[in-house]
Amino acid sequence: MIAETGHFALILALAMALIQSVVPLVGAQRGDAALMKTAEPAAQCQFVLVAIAFFALMHGYVTSDFSIVNVWQNSHSLKPLIYKISGVWGNHEGSMVLWILILTLFGACVATFGRNLPPGLRARVLSVQAMIAVAFLAFSVITSNPFARIHPAPADGQGLNPILQDPGLAFHPPFLYIGYVGFSMAFSFAVAALIEGRVDPAWARWVRPWTLAAWMFLTVGIAMGSWWAYYELGWGGWWFWDPVENASFMPWLLGTALLHSAIVVEKRDALKVWTILLAILTFSLSLIGTFLVRSGVLTSVHAFASDPARGVFILVILCIFIGGSLALFAWRAPIFRSGGLFAPISREGALVVNNLLLAVGCAAVLFGTLYPLITSAFGITISVGAPFFNSTFVPLMIPLLLLVPLGPFMSWKRADLAAVMQRLLFAGVLAMIAIVVSYWMKYGGPVLAPLGIGLGFWLIAGAISELVVRSKLFREPLRVGLRRLFGLPRSAWGSAIAHAGLGVVVLGVVAVSAWRVEHISVMKPGEQIEIAGFDLHYVGTTPRRGPNYEDQVGAFRLEQGGVEIVKLESAKRVYTVRNMPTTEAAIYPLWTGDLYISLGDAVGATGRTVRVYYNPLAPLIWLGAVVMFLGGGISLTDRRYRVGAPKRARKAAAQTAGAT
Amino acid sequence: MRSLKLALAIFLIGTVLPAQAVEPDEVLSDASLESRARDLSTELRCLVCQNQSIDDSDAPLAKDLRVLIRERLVAGDSDGQVIDFVVARYGEFVLLRPRFAPHTWALWLGPPLVFLLGAGLIFTSYRRRRKEAAAVTPVPLSDDERRKLKEMTGG
Repeated sequence: MIAETGHFALILALAMALIQSVVPLVGAQRGDAALMKTAEPAAQCQFVLVAIAFFALMHGYVTSDFSIVNVWQNSHSLKPLIYKISGVWGNHEGSMVLWILILTLFGACVATFGRNLPPGLRARVLSVQAMIAVAFLAFSVITSNPFARIHPAPADGQGLNPILQDPGLAFHPPFLYIGYVGFSMAFSFAVAALIEGRVDPAWARWVRPWTLAAWMFLTVGIAMGSWWAYYELGWGGWWFWDPVENASFMPWLLGTALLHSAIVVEKRDALKVWTILLAILTFSLSLIGTFLVRSGVLTSVHAFASDPARGVFILVILCIFIGGSLALFAWRAPIFRSGGLFAPISREGALVVNNLLLAVGCAAVLFGTLYPLITSAFGITISVGAPFFNSTFVPLMIPLLLLVPLGPFMSWKRADLAAVMQRLLFAGVLAMIAIVVSYWMKYGGPVLAPLGIGLGFWLIAGAISELVVRSKLFREPLRVGLRRLFGLPRSAWGSAIAHAGLGVVVLGVVAVSAWRVEHISVMKPGEQIEIAGFDLHYVGTTPRRGPNYEDQVGAFRLEQGGVEIVKLESAKRVYTVRNMPTTEAAIYPLWTGDLYISLGDAVGATGRTVRVYYNPLAPLIWLGAVVMFLGGGISLTDRRYRVGAPKRARKAAAQTAGAT
Repeated sequence: MRSLKLALAIFLIGTVLPAQAVEPDEVLSDASLESRARDLSTELRCLVCQNQSIDDSDAPLAKDLRVLIRERLVAGDSDGQVIDFVVARYGEFVLLRPRFAPHTWALWLGPPLVFLLGAGLIFTSYRRRRKEAAAVTPVPLSDDERRKLKEMTGG
């Protein structure tokens, strides 16, 4: 009964979305306030209905109701509760419901918190948002019904894909989806602006926080996926240029560009047409990402849906939205007049270069991801892998990263490059020192690696310099300087922290790529190896049973100078329900990096293949992503973004005026 | 040029992914040959896997290929000769970095073209807007406005 309620709620939500996609739009065109007003309750109601469906499905998973096909196929009564819950989105049908839930949540947020938006814009935005919901609700109801029943109900389920039974991967999809779907807000605002024929700084001020929030979650979602690959796939790599990874990385690249170009619209009333195009393209790439993963055109670990009917349906959605919005863009874009003029060397100019490099980088990833798919349609099979991306994408990012610290120091309209460089003197000197020191410490290693370390320090020190210079910290008494430092706008803190986080990521990436140490050998119990100044003793391997898996646990003892530091366990795990092996690597975080032990197959009577890696500074890759997330969060709390702030301020002003 | 590209790759992104796959018995005793073998392994696709290089894969076919390239290297082949040998045997599908040929022109030239297109657009729109701005000649102040300005500046 609960499942049927969920199914019914999903269908009702579709009907509600249909109404919401038409009525407010008509109202906005005719200037009919009553029709426009229907958008808000409709959006809220739609969200509640989808939430009912989502939790009905979750109820099926938690109570192990195997009369629901979806639960039967993807769950098992022995599974720990947390994976029963994450099982809801660990499959095609359920993940679409989560996708729609987040989509309607964003719509409901605009309806609830968007009271200070102009009514016409609000009605149009919600209407466009509902059109996306219509497409995906129809997709879910028609081709991917999560509530289909099976009779008679099987005794037990078939189990969740063991790879997905992992805390990192269990919560990776929700974060990723909040990011993906969050860009739908930018898209809806862009299309609404095209319909209205008006873009102004207020529009940008509205788009920015939504884009920023989506970007933050996408950043963490990607980092979680990468972290999962690092500790779970068993060979210590953290980015594989897999099409599914690229599918999430492309919207991130364009989303980052959008975040920056929206600043120019807000502050200088320029780059309007480009920003609208960017908003459309960013969400289009999110849709393409959804299509790539959901349609099963890529046969990789992640693609658990492979039903051509679904693929065609999503492809049609894709064509309608991308084609439709781009056609609308081509038709309406020429009416926008651009505002502020600027010289090539200026803040605007720097942001244009940022956008160009990010967009071209995104194009390189897009070409590499889609090209093999396209040629295979013509019977030519080629592979595009990591080496391609490393020789096209990476060279584009190096100049971008070099320029990052310069941007915030440039003044609007026209900047003095010499003055900017002068302010970055400290950062430059620090980067030089970092290059020399790392060259000396790792003498004989890859020649370019110290330059990479210098780049990381350049980014971090550049970000710090920005805060110091802006607050004139050392120009005045320390107390005044500090007060001014903490009085800087939160958005200044946010961008500086996010840029520093980027530097932290660069440090981790460079160190792991250039200086990792690996030791592959066959070890017998009692043997030891030496790695990165430590002695690693292999104690032996013993079997162990888990709730729904069996482990072969290899025990290790890590010593330094004869003193035991820690006991470590690395396991080969087999999930009994699906008979699928996985690797549970032992990762021990040292101050300078990770010690990574991966247990291999048995060799002879007692031997085991053991792969030991020392990954210097590896945790910085994910730590940097978290720092970027925090930077975004701090920026989001900036007073100017606080929803409804202008209205409250006006009210307060009116009250004080009344009191006097 | 090749070594420069490789160095660039090593510079930022981990091409040199460690191998889950390389087994202790495969490793060559000559360290420089072994490191060349590892670099080559990251360029070649494991044909039976999904998007994995033979350096990452523990499939038997990947192991055969790893052993094969080590045999060729020991026999004195250059890196290019090894790649040619593998391509002759398994086809171009095995290359993770497709060769620059008519059927991959769009792939290799696409991103640079996007760059040129973008840079060109930026340049022309900058030129156009500067011209537009120059075309608007500022209207001189009227006598009335002049007087007001004088009052305001207190002159």
